[in-house]
Formats: sequence, C-alpha cells, structure tokens
Amino acid sequence: MTTDSNEQALLMGLANNERGAIEAIYRNHYSMVKTLVVSNSGTADDARDVFQEALIVLYEKARSGSFELHSQLKTYIYAVCRRLWLKRLQFDRKFSVDLANAEETASIEEDIEKYELRSCDFELMEKAMESLGEPCKALLESYYLQKKKMVEIAREFGYTNADNAKNQKYKCLMRLKKIFFGHYKKP
Amino acid sequence: MEEMVILESIERYIRGEMLPEERIFFEELRKNNPGVDQMVVEHTDFLHRMENFGERKSLKATIQDIHNQLSETGQIKISQEPKVIRPWLRYRKVIGVAASIAGITALGITGMVTYFSSKTANKSLEDLSRKVFILGGNMTTLSDRLKEDSSKTPAPAQPAFKLGGTGFLIDPKGYIVTNAHVIDNASTVIVQNNKGQEFKTRIIYVNPIADLAFLKIMDSDYKVPALIPYGMNKSNVDLGEEIFTLGYPRDEIVYGEGYLSAKTGFRGDTLACQISIAANPGNSGGPVLDKNGDVIGILSNRQAQAQGVVFAIRSKYILSALEEIKSDTAYADIRLPQPSAVKNLDRIQQIKKIQEFIYMVKSY
Repeated sequence: MTTDSNEQALLMGLANNERGAIEAIYRNHYSMVKTLVVSNSGTADDARDVFQEALIVLYEKARSGSFELHSQLKTYIYAVCRRLWLKRLQFDRKFSVDLANAEETASIEEDIEKYELRSCDFELMEKAMESLGEPCKALLESYYLQKKKMVEIAREFGYTNADNAKNQKYKCLMRLKKIFFGHYKKP
Repeated sequence: MEEMVILESIERYIRGEMLPEERIFFEELRKNNPGVDQMVVEHTDFLHRMENFGERKSLKATIQDIHNQLSETGQIKISQEPKVIRPWLRYRKVIGVAASIAGITALGITGMVTYFSSKTANKSLEDLSRKVFILGGNMTTLSDRLKEDSSKTPAPAQPAFKLGGTGFLIDPKGYIVTNAHVIDNASTVIVQNNKGQEFKTRIIYVNPIADLAFLKIMDSDYKVPALIPYGMNKSNVDLGEEIFTLGYPRDEIVYGEGYLSAKTGFRGDTLACQISIAANPGNSGGPVLDKNGDVIGILSNRQAQAQGVVFAIRSKYILSALEEIKSDTAYADIRLPQPSAVKNLDRIQQIKKIQEFIYMVKSY
C-alpha cells in the first residue's frame, strides 16, 4: 500500500512539475529503460530520448486527471518505452518489428497517440516561435508563458509604457498565429 | 486597432478578469456577433495550445536538467557497458552469411582433398624411375636434333628424356638389364655410362609382369670390355645380409648400402625381396650386390607409405628371363658373368671396378 500511495504522490508531483518527484522517477527507472534500449541496438542517447518522452507521456496522463495507475509505475514506464523504441526502430530502419502483445498495450497505445498528436503541436509551435525571432519571442513568452504583467514587461523590454508593449505584443501574436496556422494547414 | 481591443477583451474574458457588468456586456456581444464568438473560440484554442507548449517546454527543460545533474553526480550511468553486444547484434546477419560461406568453402576443400588424395593413396607402390616432365618437344624434334648433332659436331646432345633409371651390363657384348617400368612406352632408349658417354640401344625383351627389360647397346662407339667384375648370386640370401647398390637418382652415379630385411616382396611377392636401403627415383633397375660383389637382385620399387621399404627382383628371375631370350637364336650367345672378380677387395675398390658397368638408362 505504501508503494501505491508513494507512486500516486510521485505522479501528482510530476503533474505539478515538481523537481523532486521527477528526479525520484528518474533515479528509480532510468537504468531499466537504458538496458532495454541499449540491448536492442540503441545508444545511451536513444535511451535518454525514449525515457524523457515516456516521462512526458506520463506527465500528460497525470495532468488529464483521469489517470489511475492500474499497474505499477515501473511496468507502465517499461511498456511505454518499449512501444516508443519499437516505433522508432521501425521508422529508422524501415523494417517491420513484430509488435506483439497488442492487447496488453492497448491503453498505452492510446496514451502514446495522444502524446504524439501534442508533440506535433509542440513542434509546430516551437518552429513558429523560432521563426518569429527576437524580441517577439521573448515578449510573448514573458506574457503568455511566464504570465508577467504588461507593466513589468514594458519595463523589462524598455517600452515607454504598457500600452506600447501591449501594441507590440499584439503584432507579435498576430504574426505567430499566422505562422503557426500556416504550417498547421500544410501537413 | 479594433481587433486588438477585442482580443484583449477576449483574453481578459478567458482569464476571468472582467468585472461582472462588463462580462454580461461581452457575453451579449458574443451572442449577437458571430464574428466575435468565432474569435473567442479560436483564440481560446490558440491560447490553450500556447499553454501546452509552455508547460511541455519547461517540463523538458526540467527533465534534461535532472538528467544532467544525475549523470554528473553518477547516480545514473550514461556509459554503455554492454557495448560488446552491439556489433554482434548489428552484424549478426552478415556474420551468419560469412560463416556459412566459410563453412561451405571448408567442406568443399575437404571434399576435393579427399577426392583427389584417395586416388594417389591407392598407389601404395612407387616405381623408382626418374620421371622428367617435358613441356614441349616430341620424338621428331628429338631425332632431328640427334641428326643435327651427329652431322655438325660430336658435342654431347642434351635432349630431354621422359623417364630415367639405372641398368647394368650382364654380358660384355652390350646386354643391359633394367626394369620394364623404366623404359615404359619408350620409343628410344639411350644409356650413359659413368663417364658421360651415351650409347644407342635396342630393346630386346620386356616383361612388365616380372618388371624386367633387356637392352642391347647398338653403337659403334661402344668398346666391348674384357670382363664384367661382378657375378650372379643364384642362391638364396639370408636376412640381415649386407648389400649395396649403385644407381643414377641424379646425373652422377650414387652409392647406397643397406641390408636384406625380408625374403619376400610387396604383399608376399616371392619374385622379390625386401631390402632396407636409401633409394630414390632413378635407382630403378640398379643392381643389388652382396658383400662379395655378386648381384642378388635388381632394385625396382618402394612402398609408398613406409620409410625405407624397398623391393628388389631376385636375380634368379633375371636368369629365367634370360633363358627365355636365349630361345631366340639371335641372342643365344649371351653369357652370364663369371663369379665375382672383386670378392676379396674392399668396398671402395669394388665400387671402382663395378661402376663403369652401371649405366644410366634414359627413355624417350
């Protein structure tokens, strides 16, 4: 029981982006994933990528609130990593990997699909942000991501007043939207 | 500008920063103006996406940070210990193919080796004639050269011969005995004495079963010697008896000595006896003499897989073959040598006397 509540606490911590929780999960489960990937023709870097992706999958599942851990955290992470790595191998090598135990991983499959959809969004947004350039990027990040007040931002960026900053922010946002949706429609 | 104001209102609306009456007004506007409503939905969605982006970005940063920290403090290992396993996994197909090719090749070679070696292994007796391989040239060119040589200059001809062996005189008139396999299929046989003089001969008798052949020197240069120093030992010899031989395993006469090791030849052949002597290809047809200098046999062959097992045809079969030849009146005058004239001499003197009656036999 203690382990269950322990793991639940870890998940809560992960959902709230708590460093301690993430660190604990990392310490407990990373070597397992590394062994899995490295012994299946991967490198340590591949292992790191796969594990971090799995953490994000877990994070998003935890945040959705509906998450109940049916199995041990370890089992879940292992299954997700295995699935991710097989997909990656399939993609890189262009050879079919036997994706056995489909039923066992059905729920995981769903989680991964959601994750991949969001990853797509994430990458688009990142690309759009990058092509925005400075100071637009920093301005938008300060306002929308770090939730800073307009007055604060105006001081930081050297605008004479908050209205000017607001004006500038608006222009940047319009550009971002344009770029983002422009990319979005293409694929 | 209009839009900017609307957007700001939307943001405040979403965050719930509006005052109650303002909020009511805005909701009214949304209801009545589909354009504004559309903008609210769209912007909410976009802000949500940005929110997600921000969250994931910071999460990623945290994770990477933790990764770096943990690997620096050594709490997780980054190095790849099972590195050895990877080349094997990666190249196992290639290795498999290479291994099977190597296996097939090895099997093939083994098969070929056994296939070819079995043929030679069957030949357990090795004739001691000297085989000389000639790459070109045949009898016509040879006889041309002989003619040329005799017409132009008396310089010794060095034509290539295909088989070589040894033979020895049994009658001063020029009768030589040798092995049948030495002159096997030869069209011309030439003999050469220890001084290097060559004489043309004619084959007068060949018996491949007894492996005996007789030649007669047919050359005007041949000087008939007064006496052959060795005789013929017709009686049985005893085991362990000291023997010696002279022959031409090379272009020079070579002496060898040994002892009689068995009274029968290969697989109990009573025609022959076994001697232990150093014999090489070219010794075939050479005389085997006892310590008195009497011929007890004619060296013929050796056992292929055994060391120092040499067989000699007994001298009494030379005699019986001679009887056969003498039935032809042309050769009725063959006289066998008298008992040994070198009986009480030491070996060096014996050899000195005997060697000029031993000939190298060259078959073309």
